[in-house]
Amino acid sequence: MIPTTHYLILSSILFSLSLVGIILNRRNIILLLVCIELMLLAVNTNFVAFSHYYSEITGQIFVFFILTVAAAEAAIGLAIVMLLYRNSGNIDVNKMNHLKG
Amino acid sequence: MSILQCCLIIVLAPLVGSVIAGFFRHQIGKIGAHTITSGSVGLSLILSLYVAKMILTGASPSLNTNLYTWASGGDLFPFAFHIGFLIDPLTVLMMVIVTFVSFLVHIYTIGYMADDPGYQRFFSYISLFTFMMLMLITGNNFLQLFFGWEGVGLVSYLLIGFWYEKESAIEGSLKAFLVNRVGDFGFIIGIGLVLAYAGSLDYAAVFRSSSSLSTQTIEIFSGHSWSVLTVICIFLFIGAMGKSAQVPLHVWLPESMEGPTPISALIHAATMVTAGVFMVARISPLIELSTTALSFVLIVGATGALFTGILAIVMNDIKRVIAYSTLSQLGYMMVAMGASAYSAGLFHLTTHACFKALLFLGAGSVIMGMHHEQDMRKMGGLWRKMPITYVTFLIGSLALCAIPPFAGFYSKDTIIEAVGLSTTPGGSYAYFCVVMGAMCTAIYSFRALFMTFHGKPRMDEETLSHVHESPWVVLFPLIILAIASIVVGYLLYMPMLFDNPTLLSSSLFILPEHNVLAEIAKEVSSPWMSMLEAPHSLVFWLTLIGIFIAYLCYILIPSIPSFIVKYFNIIYRILMDKYGFDSLNDFVFVRGTKSLGRLFYNVSDQKLIDGFFVNGTGRTVRWFATKGRLIQDGYLNHYIAVMVLGVFGFLCWLIF
Repeated sequence: MIPTTHYLILSSILFSLSLVGIILNRRNIILLLVCIELMLLAVNTNFVAFSHYYSEITGQIFVFFILTVAAAEAAIGLAIVMLLYRNSGNIDVNKMNHLKG
Repeated sequence: MSILQCCLIIVLAPLVGSVIAGFFRHQIGKIGAHTITSGSVGLSLILSLYVAKMILTGASPSLNTNLYTWASGGDLFPFAFHIGFLIDPLTVLMMVIVTFVSFLVHIYTIGYMADDPGYQRFFSYISLFTFMMLMLITGNNFLQLFFGWEGVGLVSYLLIGFWYEKESAIEGSLKAFLVNRVGDFGFIIGIGLVLAYAGSLDYAAVFRSSSSLSTQTIEIFSGHSWSVLTVICIFLFIGAMGKSAQVPLHVWLPESMEGPTPISALIHAATMVTAGVFMVARISPLIELSTTALSFVLIVGATGALFTGILAIVMNDIKRVIAYSTLSQLGYMMVAMGASAYSAGLFHLTTHACFKALLFLGAGSVIMGMHHEQDMRKMGGLWRKMPITYVTFLIGSLALCAIPPFAGFYSKDTIIEAVGLSTTPGGSYAYFCVVMGAMCTAIYSFRALFMTFHGKPRMDEETLSHVHESPWVVLFPLIILAIASIVVGYLLYMPMLFDNPTLLSSSLFILPEHNVLAEIAKEVSSPWMSMLEAPHSLVFWLTLIGIFIAYLCYILIPSIPSFIVKYFNIIYRILMDKYGFDSLNDFVFVRGTKSLGRLFYNVSDQKLIDGFFVNGTGRTVRWFATKGRLIQDGYLNHYIAVMVLGVFGFLCWLIF
């Protein structure tokens, strides 16, 4: 039986990796989307771990919701990236500072 | 009709007249305006005479009543301010003088201002003036006195600047207003002190507490404590100095001559400027207990009496000569107050009101005849052309010079004698001033008479051919005032000064050791006797010498004045500069205030308020914005990093 702590550590590592991926990533916007997916998966891992720990099914049902939302989000995100590429000719994060004050 | 109802009508009738003439001037026209205002003032005059008869003969007791409460402080401040009447001999005397002169001036104005576009406005103002003056003298408390005081000041300002298209008139009115503010500042401090220490503004209550006031002391500068009473009296007297044009606050009165002549006669000779004298007489129960204040009054009055009299000798504008003469005579009245001869001062006030109004109205008649020429150097030889004006002017001058049996003799001679007997500190200086002042009076008044009416005509042919005697509506007041100038002195001499009790004795308070008039009374038996004894006095001969000097310099040998001007140039220039009061005021107060204003404008307004507060706020916001926008570089990952750090920070804060 693997203790719950290990799951939590795994999900923390996954979450941190994806966070660092978002902050340090300067090139590719696709990578950004992937990191966001990874974050959601880390959260899902947490849900599953706690659901098992408390013998409570609600957490696992939530995971399905999150997966669905993540799929929709990925679709929208990719669509935005497509449009971005069409309009500006690249998907470079470094050049996306139009909101500069 | 009771006395109270009479007094209400006396006071309010001029106000009604003023309101009608002022607000309905188009509806009532010129004739309506002068009928209503003269009628209402005439009504006041008749009722005043009736009330005076009732009070002075003792048929009716003095009246002291509150009409209504204007404001009260409730439980927190146990003060109440009332509007009320105090009708005693002093009040009725002033009431008769004011309504009498005002009525004659109303009639005179009908002729004098006949062609003026502001005819109705003028009548409205002088009726308003009469109302304010009556409020001033009938009040039974300091607050109502102050109301009337400011009211007459306002009307005086309006009337000096009556011809508002004339630059000098505007300046004169402004000067009068501002100099009066200085006096009023002292006055209001005095009233405040009265309220603070006596707990009331009613005359009766304040006078009751006079002895307790004189024992209390007040510390103005550390280490010097004065009696509260002295401080109160001196501050109130500063108010009187402004209104009654005492040195050094006299500078406004000559400038006020820019107004129409009837105003000079009514406001700046007969009534308003004597308000200060009236006030000092009114507070006699207070001022009598303070030798310091009496001495101050005496010295200020004496200085004015002599030195402004000297100035009158060098003036060339006929109205200014009379204006300086008024200053000098006001000095005499104040000297009488300082010497505790209140009755004599008020007696001089009465006779002065008659003969000085006469002189001003006579001068106005000359000015009309000369087509608004006021320079005496361009007059001369007018007596053939204007015989009635000449005779009345001569009577006025004789009365002013105190030649018996004219009114001025009785009042002025008594004042001089009283000052000679006075034991108040400064009495000998004051005596010297008033005796020398008597000679100056003779010189300047006969100089004016000779330059205007005698000698060769110095105007051009055309003006000379147009000179004419004034209409009857102008001459009538002159004749009435001339008669008054002859008989008033004789009639009131004994009753006002020496009878036992005198007319005003119930209104005045005199300490037995100050009572100089009682000393004189021992030697006076009747006006005839005093008249016959006149040649035994120094003053009489000094006056005759003065008249002779004027005759010598302006009729016999007209080259003497220019000779004097040539060889005593320094003195002449000092006199023409009016001892430099105007230059000093201009240098210290006008320019001083201007540079202080500039300083405040540059430093506090421009730098502190505009620079620091208004623009400074804007600049600070902009600086923060400029620095703040550097944080927003538009890179997504930086925002996320900051957000994560923030969340991390919050977590730490929550946990620890």
